[in-house]
Amino acid sequence: MTGLFPPPMGLIVELTHRCPLQCPYCSNPLELERPASELDTSAWMRVFDQAAELGVLQLHFTGGEPTARRDLPDLVRHASARGLYTNIITSGVLLDEPLMAALMAAGIDHIQLSLQDIEPENADRIGGYRGAHAKKLAAAQRIRDAGLPLTLNFVVHRQNIQNVARMIDIAEKLGAERSEIAHVQYYGWGLKNRAALLPSRAELDATTATVEAARARLKGRMVIDYVVPDYYASRPKSCMGGWAQRFINISPSGKAMPCHAAETLPGFTFPSVRDTPLAAIWQSDPAFLRFRGTDWMPEPCASCERREIDWGGCRCQAFALTGDAGRTDPACALAPDHAVMAEAVAERGIAPPPFIYRRINAGSERAPVEAVV
Amino acid sequence: MSLPETTVPGLRRGVKFRFDAVRASWVVLAPERLFVPDEPAVEVLKLIDGARSLGAIADDLAARFAAPRAVILADVAAMLTDLADKGAIAL
Repeated sequence: MTGLFPPPMGLIVELTHRCPLQCPYCSNPLELERPASELDTSAWMRVFDQAAELGVLQLHFTGGEPTARRDLPDLVRHASARGLYTNIITSGVLLDEPLMAALMAAGIDHIQLSLQDIEPENADRIGGYRGAHAKKLAAAQRIRDAGLPLTLNFVVHRQNIQNVARMIDIAEKLGAERSEIAHVQYYGWGLKNRAALLPSRAELDATTATVEAARARLKGRMVIDYVVPDYYASRPKSCMGGWAQRFINISPSGKAMPCHAAETLPGFTFPSVRDTPLAAIWQSDPAFLRFRGTDWMPEPCASCERREIDWGGCRCQAFALTGDAGRTDPACALAPDHAVMAEAVAERGIAPPPFIYRRINAGSERAPVEAVV
Repeated sequence: MSLPETTVPGLRRGVKFRFDAVRASWVVLAPERLFVPDEPAVEVLKLIDGARSLGAIADDLAARFAAPRAVILADVAAMLTDLADKGAIAL
């Protein structure tokens, strides 16, 4: 035994925080990174080389909107040549015919396309981009016509949850191999918009029943991944499969983190891939070691039989809701702070407040007429 | 549910089965998921080429491993159903 920690399975790269859409539940930090700070093509390629050597198997290109980077096909080609399974997570609004052809030529393995709803007007309102929905449907067709597998991702919340059955229908109609019905995760923008997004318990239960019925009906044809909101859970999710256990997330400027929201945690200095090799980050960076495994755990986690199933839940949620990243995730019914979940549910109110859209200088509550990249 | 012997399994679109030198193990890479198959599954996956039928896969394994063909056939059928449910192969 060399004492090395097993290699990460996946590398998530936020190529840019630029995005034509402004979804109020965006997973990007509230403080978006500026275009001038982005890693350049050769820096990303060097990171992919290091990732392949380290044992990363899958590379997820995300953003912001990854297709806003003109060098995306070059990056895909480079990663693919190193044996990495390449995946793009996109809104699809920039995925035109030439880009699709370039990505195919580069060896892209899979594309995940997000839809905000199945009702075009509501979808465009949620994304803050008029005409987005129609472009997305065209992108879905393009992905299928190119012969690629398709995943449709629907982020669900109180302003579209009534349409989940129709979301699954449209995924089936568009020939998706896989769909995600993913409740909003309440960090960053999602947390800021929580009252506008959090569904009721009854809405959640109805959705769960709908998804379970569809899974049984579509077994062997379409995989449906279902992500529930923590606020009605009794056990926490295994966030990222455990802190620094399976993934490395890299921000547009090159900051390496165990998850995309980790920057919200105080007292951390995250290493940069500009000056630190990925293997060194994975094996010995203090930020990666801080919550890895079970040694850091307080009770009730430390003696819990589920400690290596859910790994204490989510550190970012623990911090956001209790002010201490080292506490048990309050999503757990055994957590001393579990009552804050019910308090948040009580705050959601009868009618949702207006969205605070994701943008560089947030605050405006009106959906823009037109968005720019 | 039992699969007919004539079933021809194939990797689904977007699924790759390859050897990972870093882990010294075979891996199945699929859209936003991956599996590290156990040894029996690796033997079966190596025989999935989109042309060989379930029956032919069982013949091949029965010739190489000391188990009755009927037992192997049932094991392989169960394994294929499981892989199909996970979205790795199409039947």
